[in-house]
Amino acid sequence: MNPALRLRRALQGWVVFGLLGFVLLPWYFLQQMSLAEAMPGIWAVTEAGAETGSAWVQAAQHGRPWLWSGLAGLLVCGLAVVRAWPARMQGGLLLLGSLIGLLGLMGSGFAIGATGWSFASLETVWGALPTGQYGMGWGAAVVLLSLVVLLGAGLARLGAFRGDVFVAAAVVGCTALLALFVVYPVLRSLVAAWVDDAGAYAWAHLLERVATERVWGLGCVQGAGRCGVAWNTLWLALITATGTTVMGTLLALWAERGGTRLAKPLNILAMLPIITPPFVVGLGLILLFGRAGLFNQGLEWALGIEPGRWFYGVLGIWLAQMFAFTPIAFMIMRGVVQGVSPSMEEAAQTLRASRMQTFWTVTLPLLKPGLANAFLVGFIESMADFGNPIIVGGQYAVLSTEIFFAIVGAALDPGMAAALALVLTVFALAVFLVQRRVLAGSSFTTVSGKGDAGVALALPPAVLRVCRSVAGPWLVFTVVVYLFALAGGFVQTWGRDFTFTLGHFKTAFDVQYGEFGWVFAGTAWKSLFTTLSLSAMAAPLCAGVGLLIAWLLARTEFRGKAAFEFSALLTFAVPGTVLGVSYILAFNVPPVELTGTGLVIVLCFVFRNLPVGVRAGTAAFKQLDRSLDEASQMLRASTLTTLRRVVLPLLKPALVAALVYSFVRSMTTVSAVIFLVTAQYELATTYIIGRVGNGDYGVALAYCTVLMVLMSAITWGIQKLVGQRQLGRRATATPTA
Amino acid sequence: MGIQFKQVTKRYGGTDSPLVVQGIDFAVPKGSLTTILGPSGCGKTTTLRMIAGLEAPTGGQIVIDGVDVTHLGPSERNVSMVFQSYALFPHMNVIGNVRYGLDVSGVHKTEALERAHKSLALVGLAGYEERLPSELSGGQQQRVALARALVLEPSVLLFDEPLSNLDARLRRSMRDEIRHLQQRLGLTVAYVTHDQSEALAVSDQIIVMEAGRIAQAGTPQDLYERPASAFVAGFMGEAVLFDGLADGSVQLGPLRLLPRHAVAPGAVRAAVRPEAWLVGRELLGGESLPGSLSAELKQWSYLGSFVELSFDTELGPVFVVSPEVERDWHIGQVLALSLPGRGVSVVAV
Repeated sequence: MNPALRLRRALQGWVVFGLLGFVLLPWYFLQQMSLAEAMPGIWAVTEAGAETGSAWVQAAQHGRPWLWSGLAGLLVCGLAVVRAWPARMQGGLLLLGSLIGLLGLMGSGFAIGATGWSFASLETVWGALPTGQYGMGWGAAVVLLSLVVLLGAGLARLGAFRGDVFVAAAVVGCTALLALFVVYPVLRSLVAAWVDDAGAYAWAHLLERVATERVWGLGCVQGAGRCGVAWNTLWLALITATGTTVMGTLLALWAERGGTRLAKPLNILAMLPIITPPFVVGLGLILLFGRAGLFNQGLEWALGIEPGRWFYGVLGIWLAQMFAFTPIAFMIMRGVVQGVSPSMEEAAQTLRASRMQTFWTVTLPLLKPGLANAFLVGFIESMADFGNPIIVGGQYAVLSTEIFFAIVGAALDPGMAAALALVLTVFALAVFLVQRRVLAGSSFTTVSGKGDAGVALALPPAVLRVCRSVAGPWLVFTVVVYLFALAGGFVQTWGRDFTFTLGHFKTAFDVQYGEFGWVFAGTAWKSLFTTLSLSAMAAPLCAGVGLLIAWLLARTEFRGKAAFEFSALLTFAVPGTVLGVSYILAFNVPPVELTGTGLVIVLCFVFRNLPVGVRAGTAAFKQLDRSLDEASQMLRASTLTTLRRVVLPLLKPALVAALVYSFVRSMTTVSAVIFLVTAQYELATTYIIGRVGNGDYGVALAYCTVLMVLMSAITWGIQKLVGQRQLGRRATATPTA
Repeated sequence: MGIQFKQVTKRYGGTDSPLVVQGIDFAVPKGSLTTILGPSGCGKTTTLRMIAGLEAPTGGQIVIDGVDVTHLGPSERNVSMVFQSYALFPHMNVIGNVRYGLDVSGVHKTEALERAHKSLALVGLAGYEERLPSELSGGQQQRVALARALVLEPSVLLFDEPLSNLDARLRRSMRDEIRHLQQRLGLTVAYVTHDQSEALAVSDQIIVMEAGRIAQAGTPQDLYERPASAFVAGFMGEAVLFDGLADGSVQLGPLRLLPRHAVAPGAVRAAVRPEAWLVGRELLGGESLPGSLSAELKQWSYLGSFVELSFDTELGPVFVVSPEVERDWHIGQVLALSLPGRGVSVVAV
C-alpha cells in the first residue's frame, strides 16, 4: 500500500470513528450510570432517552437540533477522504468540515446550558429555548476527538507542519487538551474576579477584592497589625528560596566536591520529597516544636515555661518548606556542579590561581545561572505550596490557604477566591518569565560528548568547613524530623502518653474476618484504594501526553513551534491551588460538567503532573541520537511508524520513569485536588489533612508511614527495573571496535 | 538526470536570518557519484539533507529522476541515506535493521527476508544476521548501514561523511568498496565530505562549496588542475598563492611561467602546490641562478616517504614537499627553487 492510500484509509477510519460516536454512544455526560448501563438507551425516544440518547436521537427526537452541526462537519470530512482529491482541495474540505463540527458543537456547548441559553443576550435575540443540554459525555468526546484529528490532517494537507499529518494531529490535539483542561478553566475561574454576586462585570469588583488592606496591607512594617497575604506570600517565598538555594548549594558542593562518600545518602534525601506527602515534614516539626512537642515539654519541665504556639506562623512554614524544598535545590545544583568542566578549573590553577581564588573566580561564576534557577524554582514552589502553610501556618495567611478558605470557609466567596488566585497566578507567571529569561541568557555548563579527563577541584578548606558546619547539622536535623514523623504513628498520644501502640494503624488499616468474609474495616482503606486507582488511571495518560509533548518539542520542526512551546510551558507554571480552584469553578456547568466525579480528579492529576512527564521525556530525547529518527524516516517509515518501532522501544526507560513519577506525584499531591474531593472520592492526602485538623496526629502519621513505605517500594522496584535497562543499553551502545 | 537543484536557498529561522544555502544550481547525472566538498559550515550537509528531504528548502526547486520532490517528505522520495553516525537501531539485530525499510513499506515477509539477505551478502556480511550493532566493529557497522540503505533499491543514495568515524586504513578500503559498489550497481550517489583526497578518489564530479555557494563544479582533474578561484585552489591541494603579472606568460618574481590556458594581461594570482616546486642545487655566497628563486631553508620535517620544507624567499614563505628524503638537509641552507610546470594554476585576482 502506498503512503497516500494508507493515509486516506487512516482518515476514513477517523471519520467512521466519529460517525459511530455520533450514532452509537450516549452524547451527554452520564450522571448516575455507567456506560454499559446507558448503552441500551442510546436509541430511546422516551423521556429517559433524553439523557442517554446518542447525538442522532438527541437531535432528531429530543429537540436538540444544534447537534446536527457535528454530523454535518463529519460528512464534509467524509467527502474529503472518500476519494483521492488533490492535496489542497482535500485539505480545504477537511478544514471546512472539522471547523463546522468543532465550532458548531463547542459554540452550542457554551451557549446552551442545562436550562436553555446560557447568556441572557442570546435569549432576547433568539427567544427562549424549550430544551437545554447537559455536560458532554462519551459520544461528544469521541466526535470531538475525531474532529480535532481531522482538523490537524486538514492543516497538514494544506501544507502546514511540513505536510506531516501525524505531527499536525498531535500538535492540534495537545493544544486542544491544554486549552480545554488548563487554559479554559483557569481563564474562566479568574474572570470570576471581575464578577459580582449579581453577575455583572466591572473593574471595580476586582479592585474591591484585590486592592484591599487584607491583600496588600503593610501593617507589620509600620509596627501595627498584620501584613497583607500578598506580601506574606512574597516574603515567605523570598526567605524560602534564599534558604533552600544556599542549603542546596552547600549540600551539592559537599557531595560532589567534598571528597566524601555522601553521594548515596544525599540521593536518598533527594528522593524524599517525591515519595513523601508534602506535609509530613510539617507534622514532624509539630511533634518537635508544637505545643505538645518535645521542645516545649522540655522547656516546661526544666524552666516551667508555659507551652505556647510560638512555632506556628512564618517560622514554622519557613522551616517546613526548607525541609521540603531543599532537596529540589540540591538536585538542581548537583546537576550544575557536575556540569562545571574540571578543565576550566585546571586551567585557572595552571595560571597560578590558588584553590580559593579558583573557587571564587571560576567555579562560583559558572554556577551563577544554576543558582538563579534554583532560587526561582524555590520561589515558585514556596508560593504554590499548600500542605505546609495549612498545617503549621497558624495565623500567618498566604495566598494558597486564603484561596482555600475563601472557597470552603464560612465566607464561601468564589469571587474572592478567583481574585486571590489571579494574584497568585500573576506572581507565578512573572517568576516563570524571569526564569525563562535567566535560563535562555546564560548557561555555561555544557556537558559535551567528548570525554573530559580533568579531575574536579577539591573544595578550598574554608568552604568545606562552611559546608560541613551548616549542611551537616541540617542533614542530622532532617533525619530527626523524619524519624519523629514516623515515630508519631507508633505512640498513644504525643506529648502526654508515649507508650508504644499499633492502635493507630489498626484504626486506619484494620482488616477483619466476619460473616461477609474479609472486610477492610479500617477508616483509611477507602481513601487509599481511591487514591491508588485514580493515580493508576492518571499515570499512563500523564506519561503518554507528556512524552508526546516532549517529542514534539524535541524532534519536530514546524511553523509556530516556538509559540506552541511557550504556551505549553506557560500552562505548566499555573500553581496547583489555582488549577484546583479553576476546576471546581469551571467544570460544574455544561459543556464540561465533571464536579464530584472521579474523572475530574484524574484530569487534575494528569494536567497537574504533566510537566513531570514532559521533563522525563525531554531528558530522554536529549540522550537519543536524532539521526536514528531520521534514518527511520529515510527508510520510508511514516512518523507514526518511526515513533512506534524506533523511538518508543528506545525510550522505554523514560516511559517507565514518567509513569512512576506521575503515579507517585498523583498520590502525594494536595494543593490541586483538595477542592475536588467528595465523600465518595476521598483521597489519602485529604484524609490525612482532615485528621490533622481534628488533632488526630497518630492516625495521620500512621497513614503517612504507610504511604511512604508503599511509595518507596514502588519507586524502588521500578527504579531497579529501569536501572537495569539503562545498564543494558549502555553496554549495547558502546562500539566494540 | 539523477538529481537537479534549481536556485535552491535555505535559511534557518525567520526572514531576517542569514541564508545558509544561497541559491545553488547543480545536477548529478544518473549512475554517477558526485561529491559535495567544502570546509565545515559551508552548507554541504544542509544541501545533502535537502536532497534527502530532511530539510525543506526555503526557495527553489529540487528534482529527482524528473519528478519535482521539493515539497515531499523523506519517505515519499526514492532516496536512501547512510549517516555519519550510521544510526543503526540499537534494539534490532543486523537483519532487523536491514529489513526495516522493507517491513515498513509493506513488502511481504519472505520477500523482505530474501532481499535483506541479498543486500547483506552484497556488502560481505552474510552470516552476521543475528548480531546486535553493538557487537560489530566500526567498519562492519558501516557496511550494515550501507546494506540497509541499498536494500530499498533507491534511485539516489546519499552519504553524509561516511568514513569520518573509521581509522585511516579502514577508511581507504571502505572508500574503494563504496566506489566499486556504486559503479557495479550503477547507483546515483551524492556524497558529502570535507576530505579532498577522499573526494578526488571516489568522484565522477566534485562540487566545492564555499559559504553557501558553489565555488566550482567539475571532474576531479578539472578541480585539481584548473581551479577557478583562489579558494578552490587552496582547498584542493594546500596551494600557496602568489601575486604575479600576466603578459602572455606570467611573471612571478624571478620566475616566469607558461600558463596552461590563456590568461588576460594584468595582475593575476598563481596557486602553487607544494609538490610543484623543484629543489635545485645549493647556492653559495649570495649567488643567484637565472629563472630560479633563492630560498633559505627555515625548517624541515622527515615524513618517511617525503620531506616537508619551509623556505623564506623574496616572494614570502614557501612550503615545499619533496621526495628527496635522503638528501642532506640542514637549516640555513640557501637553495634554488624552480617551477617546471605541473601543479601551478593561475587564477584571476
